[in-house]
Amino acid sequence: MGMTMTQKILAAHAGLPSVKAGDLIEANLDLVLGNDVTTPVAVNVFRGAGFHRVFDREKIAIVLDHYTPCKDIKSAQLCKTAREFAHEYGITHFYDVGQAGIEHALLPEKGLVAPGDVVVGADSHTCTYGAQGAFSTGIGSTDMAAGMVSGKNWFKVPAAIRVELTGSLHGWVSGKDVILHLIGLIGVDGALYKSIEFTGPGVASLTMDDRFTISNMAIEAGGKNGIFPVDDRTREYLQGRVDRPWTAYEADPDAEYERTVTIDLDSLVSTVSLPHLPSNTRTAREVAGMKVDQAVIGSCTNGRISDLRVAASILKGRQVAEGVRCIVIPATQAIYLQCVKEGLAEIFVNAGCAFSTPTCGPCLGGHMGCMCEGERAISTTNRNFVGRMGHVQSEVVLASPAVAAATAVKGVITDPEDL
Amino acid sequence: MLKGKVFKYPDNVDTDVIIPARYLNSPSAEELAQHCMEDIDKDFVKNMKHGDIMVAGWNFGCGSSREHAPMAIQTCGISCVIAASFARIFYRNSINIGLPILECPEAAQKIAAGDTVSVDLDTGVIRDDTTGEQFQATAFPPFIKNIIDQGGLLPYLKAQQDAGEV
Repeated sequence: MGMTMTQKILAAHAGLPSVKAGDLIEANLDLVLGNDVTTPVAVNVFRGAGFHRVFDREKIAIVLDHYTPCKDIKSAQLCKTAREFAHEYGITHFYDVGQAGIEHALLPEKGLVAPGDVVVGADSHTCTYGAQGAFSTGIGSTDMAAGMVSGKNWFKVPAAIRVELTGSLHGWVSGKDVILHLIGLIGVDGALYKSIEFTGPGVASLTMDDRFTISNMAIEAGGKNGIFPVDDRTREYLQGRVDRPWTAYEADPDAEYERTVTIDLDSLVSTVSLPHLPSNTRTAREVAGMKVDQAVIGSCTNGRISDLRVAASILKGRQVAEGVRCIVIPATQAIYLQCVKEGLAEIFVNAGCAFSTPTCGPCLGGHMGCMCEGERAISTTNRNFVGRMGHVQSEVVLASPAVAAATAVKGVITDPEDL
Repeated sequence: MLKGKVFKYPDNVDTDVIIPARYLNSPSAEELAQHCMEDIDKDFVKNMKHGDIMVAGWNFGCGSSREHAPMAIQTCGISCVIAASFARIFYRNSINIGLPILECPEAAQKIAAGDTVSVDLDTGVIRDDTTGEQFQATAFPPFIKNIIDQGGLLPYLKAQQDAGEV
């Protein structure tokens, strides 16, 4: 029986000729990632168990992004714990305020992930790098500690769902709409324990930023990873970023998939997820007119340059509606600088947006945009759970940068086609 | 054998309600435990007793990778979580820190809030002492059982390393 793309990568990293769904394996890791929330717990576990060395200081990345620049004394202590560990062990890829950015935008940008890699991160959105043809998945702090010690993690080899993409996206419709639509179709546990493998003629039309957004939210369908084939767009993205050898894996023609879901990209329209689950999807037009108090444009899902270009193209020459706070957060320092150079920063500020240094901040109700009781945000982030952006009686509606920007202008949910 | 009173929760209980991000600026298990389930069951910590058992529906622990979630549940004194299914990162985090979790859709459906339940982790047998009904949970594969028996992934790894196997 053939193997899926994910299974082939896992087999190669476990030193096995083949694996099948359900096998428990130990795989070698190409990169172990942690942030300012999860690394301190991993450090405590690491030190507590009496370990004194890491497997490879060049294969660990620590990115301080969640509560940074530190929002309070306790978060400053978290960062200190992570920073001291990074210095003590000479961690090569340690990114502090001023160099950092949101981890899942930063690592690909810095060339730390290549196709065929196995990457684990103590952050659930580590599945983002599936966009580059890597196997990447979220793990916990103890896994991170184990990974730092041994360079290995245990995995149950996942079964797979195939998502066949046909056609191409039109107008304001983006990768965000593709993934929200998919989660709406299969549910928040539709891919539980499984890999999602994107295939089909529609893949070629998706930009790398679209693919990053799509893979990023595989976890929101319960998926272990969400992976794209390696094509010319991937190779183009890797040029000048990754100079080490890498392997492009392909699924066998007879690979087994538990289910195939077909999405016709031509037919998609702007889509949103209403509170309080990402699977609670509607078209933007179906809920047009719903009032918002805040718009957040950024995050590991949608804080990349193409996202901000789209938002800026809508906000250019327009004003954020009275009574709405619009917060724009480039995901990395490089994206921030690009926004300044291209004049996007000026567009945002002129439109009445807050334009922030990179941080995960509001996505998880950390800082830079928490909401109180009764408030509602439209947000390009990835989760709309109860209390996600602040008070338990506040609400988050998930959307693309285009919908969020159009909504910021109107003050009510708006399909950008109707602006 | 574990025995305790049941606190029951629905499908898709996410890590944001198990332990809200506003408390994640502390890595202290004791501090986190004080706020366990606060956004879904305000008085949970006040009402629960050491050894009590959580029973929930499908996809328990979905969302963030925060190990703070099983840490909070474990440290506040819950002895075992039974669910119809678990989100995968929560599942591995629980195993890695030694929090007993059992997957059993039938038990998750039939056990009621407030029931007294007994759990035999070795056999995976769950008994609802209130109704007398008995359920069989999925058994752990030996590899995972071994991690749990050694008190979690790091003690397991340390034992391997000390034995010169890593």
